[in-house]
Amino acid sequence: MIEAGYNFGYLDENTKRMIRRALLQAVALPGYQVPFGSREMPLPYGWGTGGIQVTASIIGADDTLKVIDQGADDTTNAVSIRRFFNRVTGVATTEHTAEATIIQTRHRVPEAKLREGQVLVYQVPMPEPLFRLEPRVAETKRMHALADYGLMHVKLYEDIAQHGAATTSYNYPVLVNGRYLMSPSPIPAFDNPKLDMMPALQLFGAGREKRIYAVPPYTEVRSLDFEDHPFQPARADAACVICGARDSYLDELIVDDGGKRHFVCSDTDYCASRPPLVEAAA
Amino acid sequence: MYVAVKGGERAIGNAHAWLDETRRGDPALPELSVEQVEQQLGLAVDRVMAEGSCHDRGLAALAVKQARGDLIEAAFLLRAYRTTLARFGASEPVETGAMRIQRRISATYKDLPGGQVLGPTYDYTHRLLDFALAAEREAVAPAPEGVADPTPMPRVTELLAKEGLMRRETTSEAEPPDLTRDPLNFPVPRAAWLQALARGDEGFLLGLGYSTQRGYGNSHPFAGEIRMGEVTVEFTPPELGFAIELGEIVLTECQMVNQFAGSKSEPPQFTRGYGLVFGHGERKAMAMALVDRGLRAEELGEPVDAPAQSQEFVLYHCDNVEATGFVEHLKLPHYVDFQSELEKLRSLRQEAGR
Repeated sequence: MIEAGYNFGYLDENTKRMIRRALLQAVALPGYQVPFGSREMPLPYGWGTGGIQVTASIIGADDTLKVIDQGADDTTNAVSIRRFFNRVTGVATTEHTAEATIIQTRHRVPEAKLREGQVLVYQVPMPEPLFRLEPRVAETKRMHALADYGLMHVKLYEDIAQHGAATTSYNYPVLVNGRYLMSPSPIPAFDNPKLDMMPALQLFGAGREKRIYAVPPYTEVRSLDFEDHPFQPARADAACVICGARDSYLDELIVDDGGKRHFVCSDTDYCASRPPLVEAAA
Repeated sequence: MYVAVKGGERAIGNAHAWLDETRRGDPALPELSVEQVEQQLGLAVDRVMAEGSCHDRGLAALAVKQARGDLIEAAFLLRAYRTTLARFGASEPVETGAMRIQRRISATYKDLPGGQVLGPTYDYTHRLLDFALAAEREAVAPAPEGVADPTPMPRVTELLAKEGLMRRETTSEAEPPDLTRDPLNFPVPRAAWLQALARGDEGFLLGLGYSTQRGYGNSHPFAGEIRMGEVTVEFTPPELGFAIELGEIVLTECQMVNQFAGSKSEPPQFTRGYGLVFGHGERKAMAMALVDRGLRAEELGEPVDAPAQSQEFVLYHCDNVEATGFVEHLKLPHYVDFQSELEKLRSLRQEAGR
């Protein structure tokens, strides 16, 4: 079952240990970006090499792995990563959120509440929440050290002054444990509240940028806002055409040449776990 | 009614099968062997070894074949293999001064000890398509051979340094950083940026080096010396305590000679930019030397305002495996983010219309 010639989880044991040390530091300093010796992986940068390395370092023979991309288990990249771990670890995989011990995700947080003992591993493209405002890493490092996040507050203020609301709709910055500004990865802002006081451990891996960070269980995660302009998560004002859900995040589908739109749950497992609307699905 | 937009296991499997078939091309034609790639597309193999930072001609040739000639994809394949190999030690520093020269030229001196050795070069060919190569040829006649000149070939930069005209490099016995194990922590020492440039993308470095010649971080370079040939790789096993020869590899080295106006503590003198790559990679070695000199601006007290002088700009963007990954990941699904942008845009427009 396991691919011959490769160690369990693809990475060698010393590399896994190095990554686990970085993870421990990350958990001890919630939201702080820990540099780590990211390895080249057999999947391209941008495809989730950071998340894959984190998963590879924590996965054990009795784990059950779920992999989602855009909330779905059957998107090509999720299939590819799940197959990769199946080849190099042989562990059980699942599509059910509740059954998984490790969930690797790109761009979504599952709709179902996660519980203690589960680990949510995020794939992160740009770990630095300030990079659009200050591209120099040496400079942003200083800003984090001084908790100098004025730049981000000014951006938010300017958004509100010009447009009446924050214009950031995904990868919406959060303050972790009242200390570090953190990128939640490009999840929709709709998912941000799920990070707050989550019972599961949240680990973030950025392979190309060589950074790891974490949010331990039951940690405060606050989306940046102002008292008179509180954070507002948004979703399409519609119901899923398959299950009728009005509380889940929806993908928009164009279903004919006339531009007719349908909405479906982005979280395929959540959608499948609900009774289908027989009529609409006909 | 529900459009099946999401791919699945079968779609991926079929795509890979189609890729295999496309790679093979017309089955009526003989299949390209890895040995043929290694022998007859040698410069492609060299480039893949350099950017894959792994010296193994056979594996690099296999990567070129597997990647259907896409050299960045081939470098990626080689790196993904390299990363799984156990490290059992580091070689002794190679002595390029003792190189068995195949090519050695200087643009700063008409003649010098050891002479100018042109070697196998395209430099003076007329770029006319040679239709004779399209036909199957008789065996190529061997090139005329002379007697090897035993004269040692001192480095041009060393000749200048003896005269006091070339700035001496600072030497250090410290263990150099290893960027494949430790992330870059800016500002980084020269040893780290030279590693990054040596595996950096030839095209990117070529453009950056070119920019320094066109006024973006002026460096007034001369090709002091370019040499290509075999060097001996030695390794000292801890249990033996003395160095043993592992074999020979081909390297290309370039030392650029650049003006330096001097500073408060130093008189005007020449400075150097350094390039070193696996195999025969002259364009890359020269571009690397130009960019290396650009990155030394801060150390030499020169203004730092051009892209080729910015450590973060050059080093974060010169790696083509990183760059291609992040650029090409844009073709992965982004439905969720795009959906949230759609909703945001609609609500902003609604707000503006009110």
